[in-house]
Amino acid sequence: MTSATPVSAPAETTAPPAPERHVGAAPAPAGRGSARRRELGACGVLMTPFFVLMVTVFLIPVATAVRLSFFSDDQPGLGFGPERTVFAGLRNYTAVVTDPTFLGGLGIVALYCLIYIPLMVAGALALALLLDSGVVRLRGTAQLALFLPHAVPGIIAALIWLYLYTPGISPVIEVLGKADITVDFLGVHTVLPSIVNIALWSNLGYNMVVFYAALQAVPREVIEASVVDGAGPVRTALQVKAPLVRSSIVMVAMFTLIFALQLFTEPMLLSQSTPMINSRFSPSMYIYDAAFTRNNYGLAAAASVVLLLCTVALSYGVTRWTNRAAAAEEGAR
Amino acid sequence: MSTSTASRTASPLRPRLLGRSVVNLVVGVSVLYTLLPVLWLVLASTKNRDALFSSNVLSLTDFSFVRNLTDLFAMDGGLYGRWYGNSLLYAVLGAALGALVSIACGYAFDKYRFAHKEKLFGLVLAAVMVPQTVLALPLYLMASAAGLVNTFWAVFIPVLFNPFGVYLGRIFSQGYVPDEVLEAARMDGAGELAAYFWVALRMLGPGLVTVFLFQLTAIWNNFFLPMVMLSDQDLYPVSLGLYSWNSSASVSPEYYPVVIMGSLLAVVPLILAFALLQRFWRSGLTAGAVK
Repeated sequence: MTSATPVSAPAETTAPPAPERHVGAAPAPAGRGSARRRELGACGVLMTPFFVLMVTVFLIPVATAVRLSFFSDDQPGLGFGPERTVFAGLRNYTAVVTDPTFLGGLGIVALYCLIYIPLMVAGALALALLLDSGVVRLRGTAQLALFLPHAVPGIIAALIWLYLYTPGISPVIEVLGKADITVDFLGVHTVLPSIVNIALWSNLGYNMVVFYAALQAVPREVIEASVVDGAGPVRTALQVKAPLVRSSIVMVAMFTLIFALQLFTEPMLLSQSTPMINSRFSPSMYIYDAAFTRNNYGLAAAASVVLLLCTVALSYGVTRWTNRAAAAEEGAR
Repeated sequence: MSTSTASRTASPLRPRLLGRSVVNLVVGVSVLYTLLPVLWLVLASTKNRDALFSSNVLSLTDFSFVRNLTDLFAMDGGLYGRWYGNSLLYAVLGAALGALVSIACGYAFDKYRFAHKEKLFGLVLAAVMVPQTVLALPLYLMASAAGLVNTFWAVFIPVLFNPFGVYLGRIFSQGYVPDEVLEAARMDGAGELAAYFWVALRMLGPGLVTVFLFQLTAIWNNFFLPMVMLSDQDLYPVSLGLYSWNSSASVSPEYYPVVIMGSLLAVVPLILAFALLQRFWRSGLTAGAVK
């Protein structure tokens, strides 16, 4: 900071002595204050567009959602009187957390996370470790092919798989049929795994690339040392490389969790073709249904605040848990 | 590679070869898993409706790729062309503007000191966590109060906000813009903003491209917000348009071939963007992943 003074020094010598010189406690070199002011000015200019956006499309909406969740629309006089908004206290929250369709949606997303996140993290990490092992042929091509679904928009991934799940169109069902296997991919017990498959297909390659990039940064000496110590390639991968990319694993798990909790696009599209998915299948669909089909803003807002709290609590839990695991690991060494 | 030679001498040859083929098999199967659905989309786009339902995607007897293409752009008075244009506008313009805004903010977080900086940064990071569904209803009510519901702006303005881009911007700024370079620019008499726009922004190029690509993908994928905000089909992006056509397809099957062709075309821009900008986002991903 002090080395910035030469720039402002000429300006300061021509200017009259600043009256607010006494502000700095230490005998600051001339011009320091104005350089600092100019820096803060530039900082403000660079940050303003983002924070204007943040206030308008993030902070105000979050505050509005919280406020809405405490109000409800009341129509006195058997629904013929003028509609007015009244303070409802926690009534919307009680309605949400006692609504079996909302709880069912939470349960479905919980199950979805339990299947999807471990599969995703383990699958992407395994593929990254295999590609990093150096025995894979055409590594670059394989990586690009695995990454390809990331360039397919979510709704289109859901469309492709919906068609692959639809009897009559799907070559998968036909091939299975020839082997005398009949699968209803959109049945009661199969619809959730079918959704997991869509999400896995879309994101596996992307997360693999993230892990692979992190593995590239592992110092080669560490790996050589483990080989010299007699560890085979599998042990090297699982016990040396994987722990070294732990921060990436946490990051991927966290983002996967945050997006999994918002489950919306895939079930929304599949619901066009299967009665197994109703309009309140996941919490996000519940919120959409409450807000834009039933026009119950208070209920929708309360449900979205509950979803937000679940997200925050789970993210916090993941961070705490991984930090503790890291500390325990450090302690064991 | 000393790794492979060391382990080759350590372990007998046969398990080693076995391991090698198992590894290649697993990767090969995974590649098939990711590629085949896309391949199916390509093949299915060449089929007319009857051939599509006969399941025989591999036969090339009813090659109607061109027919499907003309059908697609003729359907419902050329709606698809409009959707495509809308998506390009939302995504390219939104991602470019959003990336510039986020990178500038991330840079300022890295290079300047001010009170409560880390708390503010924490708030930005926390914004990543908030589900879109939480924001959608309030945004809809705000847009409706401002008379913006069912306009371009109702979708365009919210997608500019990209807190993860600020996080990446800060990391790239740490990695790519050495403080000495900025000092040199100041020595030369450049103002703070001039130093950013003429010196730092160029060094941040790969970071800018990475954030741009992230946001391009996100906006091109965007489905929930347009669904909430737009009722005029002329303003739909491709994602929402195909969704609405697919819901019509169960009643009128003539929509199936156009939905498939429309899906294929909708994949092209992102593949092109990723292929052309590969050099940049690869380095960008590394920076984002290691920290």
